[in-house]
Amino acid sequence: MFSYILRRILILIPLLLAISIVVFFMIHLIPGDPVQIMLGNKGTEEDVARIRAELGFDEPLHIQYFSFLSNLVRGDLGRSIRNRNPVIYEIKNSFPATIELTILSMFFACIIGITAGIVSAIKQYSIIDNLTMVGALLGISMPVFWIGMMLMLIFGSELGWLPISGRISRLADLKVITNFYIIDSIISQNWTALQSTIAHLILPALTLATIPVAMIARMTRSTTLEVLNQDYIRTARAKGLPEKMVILKHVLKNALIPVVTIIGLQFGSFLGGAVLTETVFARAGVGRLLINGILGRDFPVIQGAVIVIASFFVLINLFVDILYSYLDPRIHYS
Amino acid sequence: MLRRLLIILLVLTVVLAVGGTVMADSHEGEYGGTLIYAQGADADALDPHMTTLGNSADVIVNVFDGLVRFKAGTTEIEPALATSWEISDDGLEYVFNLREGVEFHDGTPFNAEAVVFDIERQLNPDHPYYLEGSFPYAGFSLGMIEEVTAVDEYTVKFTLEDPYAPFLKNMAMFATMIVSPEAVKKYGEDIFKNPVGTGAFKFVEWVRDDHITLEANEDYWDGRPYLDELIFTVIPNNQTRLLELEEGNIHVMEGLNPTDIKRVKENDELELLEAPGLNVGYIALHNEKEPFGNKKVRQAMNYAINKEEITEYLMGGQATVAKGPLPPTIWSYDESLEGYPYDPEKAKSLLEEAGYGDGFEFTLRTYSAPRSYNPVGARLATAVQQYLSEVGIDAEIEQLEWGTYIEEGKAGKHTAAFFGWIADNGDPDNFLNVFFNSDNRGSTNRAFYVNEEVDRLLEEAQQITDEDEREELYKEVQQIVVEDAPFVFLNHMKMQIPVRDSVENYVLYPTNNKYFHKVWLDQ
Repeated sequence: MFSYILRRILILIPLLLAISIVVFFMIHLIPGDPVQIMLGNKGTEEDVARIRAELGFDEPLHIQYFSFLSNLVRGDLGRSIRNRNPVIYEIKNSFPATIELTILSMFFACIIGITAGIVSAIKQYSIIDNLTMVGALLGISMPVFWIGMMLMLIFGSELGWLPISGRISRLADLKVITNFYIIDSIISQNWTALQSTIAHLILPALTLATIPVAMIARMTRSTTLEVLNQDYIRTARAKGLPEKMVILKHVLKNALIPVVTIIGLQFGSFLGGAVLTETVFARAGVGRLLINGILGRDFPVIQGAVIVIASFFVLINLFVDILYSYLDPRIHYS
Repeated sequence: MLRRLLIILLVLTVVLAVGGTVMADSHEGEYGGTLIYAQGADADALDPHMTTLGNSADVIVNVFDGLVRFKAGTTEIEPALATSWEISDDGLEYVFNLREGVEFHDGTPFNAEAVVFDIERQLNPDHPYYLEGSFPYAGFSLGMIEEVTAVDEYTVKFTLEDPYAPFLKNMAMFATMIVSPEAVKKYGEDIFKNPVGTGAFKFVEWVRDDHITLEANEDYWDGRPYLDELIFTVIPNNQTRLLELEEGNIHVMEGLNPTDIKRVKENDELELLEAPGLNVGYIALHNEKEPFGNKKVRQAMNYAINKEEITEYLMGGQATVAKGPLPPTIWSYDESLEGYPYDPEKAKSLLEEAGYGDGFEFTLRTYSAPRSYNPVGARLATAVQQYLSEVGIDAEIEQLEWGTYIEEGKAGKHTAAFFGWIADNGDPDNFLNVFFNSDNRGSTNRAFYVNEEVDRLLEEAQQITDEDEREELYKEVQQIVVEDAPFVFLNHMKMQIPVRDSVENYVLYPTNNKYFHKVWLDQ
């Protein structure tokens, strides 16, 4: 097992190298020069030429790539072109917001999705089943942007139950330590800040959860149905186990194995959804960092953010694979 | 006796009434409170010299001062860190007498040395605090300076390479505001996120993509601001931002969708502040390429497009029709201009005279996303295409990514393309010379327009400092270029800022920067 994990982690190195090549050359292929975008109509031609030269953009592309790579190996992702912050600082600053959002969102998605999936499998072809499946279909089809706006209008504006935008009340006084606001408010025992942080997380987390909820519900339903038809379930029922025990002990554990894969894969789509969710709800996360980087052709920020996101994704998948062997003893890695 | 008493009473009433109104006018605002202003995007740098972005400039003008400043709501110049100045007769030397006893927020004294240091670190690549890849505005705002010297502790002298009349206006721009030299030395490369100026507010913190907090500068030389705290928060989505304003969670915002104007006007708790903006949107017709080498064709293009409909309906009344290159509120605007009213018949007959009676085809370039002088992005091109087709002109729309668009626009690869301009310093030179000086072909003269008379007038206007004489020259330029029509003159955007009704004394500045020194909250 240990050697398996080690091997998987070592595979990260060529993988990240490949990613860095793809990202680097792809962003240089899209038209648009960061200095031109930065200056727009303003600034003289001399300013543009001077800044381009000072930032090293007049070097041939492969030389730019190797200098990027040699810095990367030393753990230096460079500085943002637009605001001169080290890219690593920008990522440290935005990643916690996205992780908080993703975890809560995944929590919502699992609770709602798994419950809905099991219920509709047990009550197959009932009204509940049909409604749930139509709901799931809608959840997959509706644009995240629109759902966000609707939740905001209903729960934020009309009912006034939850805050509309930001990570925390703009008047809150929270000492930022780790940049995970939940952890920071617990460390500093600032309970109003904690309350505000959680309240600010609910609407965006629900918004981001809609697609995964739908995927998880559909997957859970179909795997549960499959398990319900297995011989050992018939045996369990035949020996007189109460239905509740059958579902919780025999069905659920086996039905959830493929669902775990879906959950792992959904983490990737969370990062995509985060771009929209963070924009609608004005949360300073990695999705916004990436989109601002792309719009401004801020090459170091795009490269840095993509590499960090890719590593994160690979690690989550590794974690899911390990979890798999725990859930399903038939699976062994060596 | 009675009469005398009556007269005395009358006089007293008048005095009281006048005194009363004077007192009402000078009504002092309330001190205290936190004002939250919501922007569409985060600042990129808070060093005045390291950015061209409006979102940065809005923070900068509250933390820093320039040697001179714009009078509230105008582009007129008044003293700021300099109390007075003399300009030599040849227009080459500007001597500023500096305000004494002013300190930067870090306690560093403000003096001539500080000014010299701050200018030199931008212009001299050998300066120990020159930063590579920075100072995007330096060429524009300070490029004309040959030398800057400290005459004594509170006198600083600028020597220019050539006379440049708009220089004083440049000194009021956010980009030339003065940074504490000690802070530059202390923070080095990180000066962009540690702003230390002399302004009305002191910097407290900057949480990237979330907010920037400022606090009142108790010792401000022009009086402490009313607000205790000023927060610039970032809400990227226009709809979300408006919801937050309606809920009262923010006080002032930028970036209103044209479709939301009515909603703001109908809300009793909100007020829509409006003022004409210093900007222009236009189509550059490449004068060196056929058929736009022909003046009659260019004039026909101007007559063929219904700008009233575009500004009123497409832009939702957020813009006014442009009669020429200058916005009407700028000094030296020629009121006598008639521009090109919508007249498709006249357009057709002009095309006939030019030998294009059967019309012609050309490629019309556009960018996609809205910009501050065009709230509808590429939809503007579609509207223009429609109007042109009605007079027989066939425009094929070509859409490019913004960075490439600008790069190729400077190089003149377009036949006709949409552009716009926002004032930097409120001087007409900053429009007319930018657009029409033949020296600026390849950068900002996007029509590749050449007229020796215009060149001569523009250069003369840069060299004399007498405002009345300059005004005459600029009026002459406007007459010539409107007649020559190197552009299709389209629109000027209004500035529209929705505020909560508790916000008092908020003044819109023509440069569109947001100043909060004199603003207070009704609590």
